[in-house]
Order: sequence, then structure tokens, then C-alpha cells
Amino acid sequence: MSDVLAVADHRRGELRDVSYEIITAGRQLADETGGDLHLAVISGTVDDFAEKLNREGVDAIHTVSHGEEFNHDVYTQAITQLYDELAPQFVLTPNSVNGLDYAPAVAKALDLPVVTDTVGLETDGDTLVATREMYGGKVETTNELSGEAVATIRGAEWPAAEGTGDASVEAFDADIDEDAVGSTVTGFEEVGGGDVDISEADVLVSVGRGIEEEDNLPLIEELADALDATISSSRPIVDNGWLPKNRQVGQSGKVVTPDVYIAIGISGAVQHVAGMKGSDTIVAINTDPNAPIMDIADYAIHDDLFDVVPALTEEFQ
Amino acid sequence: MKILVTVKEVATVEDEFEIEGTAIADQYLGADLNEWDDYAIEEAVQLQEDGIADEVVTVTIGPEDCEQTIRQALAKGADRAVRIWDDSLEGVDLLDVNAKTEILSAVIEEEDPDLVLTGVQAGDDSFGATGVSVAEHLGYQWGAVVNHLEHDLDDGVASVRRELEGGVEELTDVELPAVLTIQTGINEPRYASLRGIRQAQRKPLDVQGLDDLGVDDSAVDSDLELTDMYEPESESDVTVWEGGAEETAAELGDLLRDKGVAP
Ligand SMILES: Cc1cc2nc3c(=O)[nH]c(=O)nc-3n(C[C@H](O)[C@H](O)[C@H](O)COP(=O)(O)OP(=O)(O)OC[C@H]3O[C@@H](n4cnc5c(N)ncnc54)[C@H](O)[C@@H]3O)c2cc1C
Ligand SMILES: Nc1ncnc2c1ncn2[C@@H]1O[C@H](COP(=O)(O)O)[C@@H](O)[C@H]1O
Repeated sequence: MSDVLAVADHRRGELRDVSYEIITAGRQLADETGGDLHLAVISGTVDDFAEKLNREGVDAIHTVSHGEEFNHDVYTQAITQLYDELAPQFVLTPNSVNGLDYAPAVAKALDLPVVTDTVGLETDGDTLVATREMYGGKVETTNELSGEAVATIRGAEWPAAEGTGDASVEAFDADIDEDAVGSTVTGFEEVGGGDVDISEADVLVSVGRGIEEEDNLPLIEELADALDATISSSRPIVDNGWLPKNRQVGQSGKVVTPDVYIAIGISGAVQHVAGMKGSDTIVAINTDPNAPIMDIADYAIHDDLFDVVPALTEEFQ
Repeated sequence: MKILVTVKEVATVEDEFEIEGTAIADQYLGADLNEWDDYAIEEAVQLQEDGIADEVVTVTIGPEDCEQTIRQALAKGADRAVRIWDDSLEGVDLLDVNAKTEILSAVIEEEDPDLVLTGVQAGDDSFGATGVSVAEHLGYQWGAVVNHLEHDLDDGVASVRRELEGGVEELTDVELPAVLTIQTGINEPRYASLRGIRQAQRKPLDVQGLDDLGVDDSAVDSDLELTDMYEPESESDVTVWEGGAEETAAELGDLLRDKGVAP
């Protein structure tokens, strides 16, 4: 009852980065409980995945060969059976879109507490202390859970595990009840293509909900013109249909790394930051001095965009 | 077909705020309809307008104060609402996923809908887990982070798109009854019309306690104990430019010229 079971994430034949990060998070917890770190890799080319995941700190890798792509029913069944076999104290999964499609079900099926989107985890062997954000990142909280628990971890919070490990690799013969599989993946589609590739731009003038109305967008367009820059945006602007999908920066949009990223009226929610934190220089224009974007900005103007943006445009006209 | 939509009134925080103990001091908090639930309500109402749903019911766990938010959902077209509240919920500072699952599941069992729509996440505590947890608990099928739903639902199957990371969408068929967690952008939520707002006042809003639902008081004991709340530390050394818009714009202008990225 002191082991940790972590689950890898992959899509369309490739392991996702968080699969290596979860090894680091899991190893740390296993050290604190004095247990082993087990890693589960389910569906797809599991042997190839297991080889890649065999990094320092992993004690055992359990492969479940069933189907090519992610299916939450298969994952839920495989993980609950592995849980019964290994009796770990903690189950860790990525807080990815797929993680959120099975982790709560695993917790419910096993009658365990669940804590999601953690950015820090610590244990004395009995109590799990999970750090997570609330209110769109305005505050952080610590939460205590006693006994066993399921926790999902936020991507890019733990460093990726490195080195070559000597984990045992075993095929786990999960008994998947096909009748209980109630959803079928029929395909994938890439969205957000088109003529503009914001990930190529040197300077991005990026607009968020602070712009309030579609009619105010010309303000941003004029600035982008004056700077010879490209326009990008946060999600609500695309959700509202004010800009096309290929302008969206973030987790479900594009990852961008321009020389300069100017975030105008963008709060800096984690899903947005995931797409732009690699920018060389980040400038934030925001009326809220406590907006989470300030935590990653290099330069900030705490002021009304409707005053600052026209003044900036003027500078270059 | 009957559709049930879970609707949360979320807490919003003012720009400047103070933390008292493990909560934000009351005077800095506001309330709003959860953004993700707004899209879920719209999707349900559109299914009704398309002749696929006969009834749209909303469910909210929350105190009397949140009836304004519930009326908003009714004004947008839901037929009736259920609100769950109980003395035993009064002092609870964090309703965790398992507690919400117990309570919402009891209502869903009573209402027996074909389709349950929740938001992907609540904007305030953002567990992003309640919908899938409820589905597993009830033996419903599910799909998380849905940004498209085909409006035919023929043969008891919902054809959806799940929005994955990096601009990839997964096309999935989900058997009914099912819980779908709805992502923003799936539709364009309407504003309530004046007529809708008037009608909402007359629509049924039924209040139930845990006893009425046959849920034990112990169900609301949270597995999670909130032990600390604080403002996150800054990861960067931010330079804040002070002064009027002209001055700060000039500073930014200089930076852009220094970086060689501006004309
Ligand atoms: C699964 C999932 C995937 C997601 N993917 C993405 C994604 O890819 N990209 C993305 O961006 N989001 C994504 N989101 C949404 C994300 O959680 C936030 O809701 C979104 O990023 C908020 O956008 P925003 O900052 O523009 O709006 P808000 O959070 O509403 O912020 C608006 C900001 O404008 C400021 N402001 C208001 N008025 C003014 C003014 N006059 N002058 C200056 N500042 C002003 C406010 O202080 C505030 O900080 C995703 C969410 C989920 C659950
Ligand atoms: N108190 C509540 N009352 C009704 N529905 C809720 C409540 N809390 C959460 N939900 C629903 O569950 C979804 C996900 O919430 P969460 O898992 O807390 O992030 C929300 O979008 C709501 O639809």
C-alpha cells in the first residue's frame, strides 16, 4: 500500500511529453512513501512506448496491449484491474483532455478521492498534500487527502525524467469487457489550418476578452499594422467567431514562440499560457495587477487597453 | 427525449482582493453563471428547437442566492429547474467531486434523462471532473470536452467531437444514455430575451434537500480538506511601467525598437 501507479499518455502513435513528467512526479511520491513506481502504458504500440518510457526512477512498466487509440472504457477497466493487482496508494494520471476522460471514472469505480490539475504533490506516507489553483490561477491552494487517492497532474509542471532505467517490463493481461465499451472513436481531424501560421511570426499582438466587443477589434488591427506584426488571440475571441481558429494561442490552439508576445486584455489562464510561455519577451497590458499573466510577463502595463493601445499605435505611425 | 443540464453559479473575484484564512474575503466575490454551463444550456435548448428534445431540466446545487442564475438558465429556454440545498451543506467550504457526484446522481436517477450535459469545468474551482464521475457512478456512457454534437441522435447514439490538444479533434460515437461535458465554442449562447426573462419567473423551480433525494448527510463530507490559500509567486521578474498611457506606450515602443522588431 505504498506504491504509486502512474499512467502514460499517447496519441496517434506518439507519447506525449507529460508521460515523462509523470515519471518525475511519481518517483518523488514513491520516494516519500518508500514504495515502488509502476507505470502503465495502455493501447497502441506498447512495447515501443515501454522502451522509451524506461527512464531512471521507474521500477516496473505494465503494458496493456488493446486497440490502437485511446478509449476511456479500456483505460478505466485496465487501470482498475492493475489497481486490484498492485494495490498502490496513489494513482497518477495526466490532466490532459484524455486524462480528464478517464481519471474521474477510475476514482469513482475504485471509490477513491480524486484531486485534479495538481501543480505540486507531497506526502508523508499517509496524507497527500496537493497544490492546485482556483479562480483561473488568481490563487493557489493546498488540499489534504488521507489514505489512497487518484491525482491528475498538470503538464509542464514537473521536469521530464531522463536517463535510461532498468524497469521490468511486463505485459498485463487485462480482461477487457467489450460489452461495457460504450464509445467508439471513428476518426481524427486537424482544425485551425489556413493561410496564416501564427507560430511563424516574430511579433504577435494577441488580444483577449478585455477587448469586450468585436467592433473594438480594429484597434488591435491598427496596432498590428503599425508594428508590422501578426494578430493572435485567446480562446474567447475565437469562440465568439471574431477571429478564425488558426489565430488561437494555447492548449487547444497553437504553440507560439515569437521574439515578442504582447498580451492585451488576456488574463493568462493555464491553457493560454501553455501556448505562449516559450516566447522570448512577454509584455502584458492589463487593468488587473493580479492577473496570472503578470506572473510570466517580463514587462507589464497595468492600465486600460483602450488608452494604451491607441497611444502605442500612434508611436509608430 | 429528456435532457438534463447541470448548472453552477460560480464565484468570481475582483481584481484586487484579500484572502481570509482559506477563502477570498466575501466583499471581493461576485457570482455568475458558469461560462461552460452557458454553452451546455444553449446546446440543450437548440436540441429542443430542433425537435430532438422534449424537455430540458436544469439542476443546481446551491443556496437560495443562486436562484437568479437559475432563472437566467430558464430565461434562455430551459423548461424547469431543480435546486438542491440543505442545512448540512451550509458550512461546507469545498464541495468536492465525490460529494457533487452523489448529489447530482440522485437527481439524475429521479429524472431519468437520456442525455446529461455538464460544463467541462467550473470556472472557480475547476475540477473538470464532475461529469465523468457522475457518468461512471450511474452507469451512463460519457464523453469529455465535447465541442460538437450532431443533432440527430439516431439509434441511441450521440456523434460528438472531442477537442484534444493542439488543434486535433476526435470523432466519437457515444451510446445513450450519456453524459457529455461541453466545451466553450460549441455554439453561440443566446442572451435571454425580455419575453424569456418574464416567462422564466413562472417556470417551476423545485427546491429539494438531501433527505428528499435519499442522500445521506455524510455524502457531503469532503475527501479534500482545503488547508491553505495564497497568491502564487511570480515566476518572472516583471518590470512594471508606470505613468499615463503616453508614457507607458513610449516605454513599450522603446523596447520594441531595442529588440529590433518594430519599424
Ligand atoms: C480544455 C480547455 C482548453 C482550453 N484551451 C484554451 C486555449 O487553447 N487558448 C486559450 O486562450 N484558452 C483556452 N482555454 C480557456 C481558458 O481557460 C480561459 O478561459 C481563456 O484563456 C480566457 O481568455 P481571456 O484571458 O481572453 O479572458 P479572461 O480570462 O476573461 O481575461 C480577460 C482579461 O482582460 C483584462 N481586461 C478587461 N478589460 C480590460 C481593459 N479595458 N484593458 C486591459 N485589460 C482588460 C481583465 O483584467 C482580464 O485579465 C481552455 C479551457 C479549457 C477548459
Ligand atoms: N454546485 C453545482 N451544481 C450543479 N452543477 C455543478 C455544480 N458543480 C459542478 N457542476 C457541474 O459540473 C461541471 C464541472 O464542474 P467541476 O468538475 O467542479 O469543474 C460544471 O460545469 C457544472 O455543469
